[in-house]
Amino acid sequence: MSDSQSAAIQGEAHGGSHNPALLHHFAEPQQQRDASSLGMWWFLATEVMFFGGLFCAYLIYRLKFFGDFGAASKTLDVSLGATNTAVLICSSLTVVLAVWAAQTGRRMMLVGNLALTLVLGLAFLGIKSVEYREKFEKHHVPGTSFQFQEKIPGHPDQYADPRHAQIFFALYFVMTGLHALHMIIGVGIFVWLLTMAWKGRFTPEYNTPVEMGGLYWHFVDVIWIYLFPLLYLIDRHP
Amino acid sequence: MSAHSTSSSLKTYVAIWIALLVGTALTVYASRLDLGRFNAAVALTIATIKATLVALFFMHVKGASEKLTKLVVLAALFFLLLLLGLSMADYATRAWS
Amino acid sequence: MATPNGPQGERENYLNKEYGPASWLLTTDHKRIALLYLLSITFFFFIGGFFALLIRLELLTPASDLVQADTYNKLFTMHGMVMVFFFLIPSIPAVLGNFLVPMMIGARDLAFPRINLLSWYLYIIGGVMMLHCMLTGGVDTGWTFYTPFSTAFTNTKIVEAGLAVFVAGFSSILTGLNFVVTIHRMRAPGMTWSRLPLFIWAHYATSIIQLLGTPVIAITIVLVAAERTLHLGIFDPKLGGDPLLFQHLFWFYSHPAVYIMILPSMGIVSEIIACFSRKRIFGYSFVALSSIAIAVFGFLVWAHHMFVAGISIYAALVFSMLSYSVAVPSAVKVFNWTATMYKGSIHYDAPMLYAFGFLGLFTIGGLTGLFLAALGIDVHVTDTYFVVAHFHYIMVGGAVMGYLGGMHFWWPKISGRLYPEGWAKLAALIVFIGFNLTFFPQFVLGYLGMPRRYADYSHMPEFQILNVFSTAGATVLGVGYLLPMIYFLWSMRYGKPAPDNPWNAAGLEWKTPSPPPTFNFDEEPVVTWEAYNYEELGDIPPNAEAAGVR
Repeated sequence: MSDSQSAAIQGEAHGGSHNPALLHHFAEPQQQRDASSLGMWWFLATEVMFFGGLFCAYLIYRLKFFGDFGAASKTLDVSLGATNTAVLICSSLTVVLAVWAAQTGRRMMLVGNLALTLVLGLAFLGIKSVEYREKFEKHHVPGTSFQFQEKIPGHPDQYADPRHAQIFFALYFVMTGLHALHMIIGVGIFVWLLTMAWKGRFTPEYNTPVEMGGLYWHFVDVIWIYLFPLLYLIDRHP
Repeated sequence: MSAHSTSSSLKTYVAIWIALLVGTALTVYASRLDLGRFNAAVALTIATIKATLVALFFMHVKGASEKLTKLVVLAALFFLLLLLGLSMADYATRAWS
Repeated sequence: MATPNGPQGERENYLNKEYGPASWLLTTDHKRIALLYLLSITFFFFIGGFFALLIRLELLTPASDLVQADTYNKLFTMHGMVMVFFFLIPSIPAVLGNFLVPMMIGARDLAFPRINLLSWYLYIIGGVMMLHCMLTGGVDTGWTFYTPFSTAFTNTKIVEAGLAVFVAGFSSILTGLNFVVTIHRMRAPGMTWSRLPLFIWAHYATSIIQLLGTPVIAITIVLVAAERTLHLGIFDPKLGGDPLLFQHLFWFYSHPAVYIMILPSMGIVSEIIACFSRKRIFGYSFVALSSIAIAVFGFLVWAHHMFVAGISIYAALVFSMLSYSVAVPSAVKVFNWTATMYKGSIHYDAPMLYAFGFLGLFTIGGLTGLFLAALGIDVHVTDTYFVVAHFHYIMVGGAVMGYLGGMHFWWPKISGRLYPEGWAKLAALIVFIGFNLTFFPQFVLGYLGMPRRYADYSHMPEFQILNVFSTAGATVLGVGYLLPMIYFLWSMRYGKPAPDNPWNAAGLEWKTPSPPPTFNFDEEPVVTWEAYNYEELGDIPPNAEAAGVR
């Protein structure tokens, strides 16, 4: 098996010149990197299942209440949603450039791209809060003050059932809210990465945190890549 | 992971970025067409292509030295589809009972 | 790496390296974290056991005279929640897994020692939340939290209990993450996959389930909490929501969860049977792969908990068939263990007695699971004591017996002391007798129609005699559980010092001193032999006798 195992080491001595970031229980930096990478991928797998429960609920209700879901979806702002999608895609690019910069020892490029990623992430959250506020104003937030009087797309004489629309919005808020929470955590992670990068802690030999933070960010982007069409684009043809 | 080669990586990243933006525009455009039940299929297909591009190129699954990373991704997807699929085995057949 | 036997204080090991609370509460040594878990899960075992005692006391008489029905609902709920989430799920992986996984593969620690400590703190936080919830009113929905009762009707502390489980769930996920990465990345040179002890294969499979299943119950709890607090009515029938959706999401985790509880125990049983038959495990690759098969198949069968809940009959047929198939890899293990013992040199030390108990009781529990998988039978016995007996045979007769067997087997390694063998054999016998007296009558009760979760069965007073047997058995079982706690503690002070390998067992963990040094191995081992090389090792040495093991 080709797992990264070095030759046997003697006792606790790694040799005098190893990277100070090498942790005690690892034999060599490559092993530590591979462990971190596998750990982060498995963590992302758990996140897939975490969001997966919501996608399951969504799938079942969308098929059951297609018309009502379509009506509810139509009240979301496609241009804001599409803009947010583009914002996240751009941020994924800046992330991948940041990782590349770290791997090639370009500190200013690393710092710049990390900062850009942060800005884009905050922009996403800003646009999201605008959307949430609009939903609040229209009384589309589930609860006692929920009101919904829209027609089912394609059926101009039929109103959507507000109870089913309420389920749509419950899912909308939980799914996008959970996603936004992950974005906020991502912003926090990147603030930390930016601070470390600014202090010059990342080198071509040691940049694992940037890579791992990047993987997390890309994952949050992928979730949104699915959320956007599922929530915003159910039934948009005129 | 080992350092990548330089400019070809950068070119690839920019190309994927453009592809993702084009995909987004495409999915919005396609949503305005009346394709009946295929609207959903088209939207999900485009989304899956975009997600695959992010995973393969931005998350470096393509260049991964080991099959293990790919196996983890596939395992997660498999179990997610299991959850969705077997639940649907109930919901899709309730009307038959 | 044999070192001379000697009294405790002579050689530095993980226990005496540092003293003081900070050295324990801030440790990243997987062995110390294992002991932290040992204390915590034992504590919660007592709490869960206390609720069981109250349940069994109530059921001594047909009338609901000890407690009212509302209180009784809380008793069985808290018993279930504590036992499932705070005892069974963590127990073996967090205690024996944490202690042994790095040692068995020749590593110095787990891949992420600090995350390991975080796991324990998350468990403690979840546990404290659960305790607070219990002390301020508890929950009465059953450990299964079914909607719409849990979301719309009960006024007990669902959100708090749910969040406690959520936090403990993250502890479970992180433990699984640590094990998977460790087993992939930190094996010593020469320790190939086919040389891994079956304990490792079992924990690997368990970790896969923990990683992929737990997040689903986590999001389900979030949805229930959201419905209760923010009125986001995903499961609310008044809005057209489907309460059964909750059950699908809940059981998608909670069925594989039972395999989290049993697989590590099976791993222990493999180690014990090989050692005390002095033979390599028959069909090693079948047993190893059956662990993986159980983990995968375990995700395919969840709706067998919902046969009478209102799912479509076609789905019920599919899940019934799948449930039959999941029994196959378990049966493979039982046959292989039996074949291992055939023509082996059997020794009847306490760990082996627990393994024998496991074999018999797990087989009964597993077979009754097949009865339940049959739709026709299930309609009659679902939600009766038949189900209660079935799962207790697996979880107590299976998982807990394996856990106790493992604690005895590795106690010399963990503590550096030998437990008193005579008392251990007696305790094993008491546990076995007490267990069967408690739970076999429940099969009969269920078959005769006594429903579960009922405080009052005065409409069928003829059930009383079997309930009395069951309660008597529970008392005996309780004594059986207390004995090891007493003599293990006793042995830490007065037990004979343990040699490195009192059982002459195979496995890298036995090549270290008892107790091991903090970093396990003075030199990284290089493995050149196959697993379970008992034909080279020979018999359990008379040293063990001289040291008072027998």
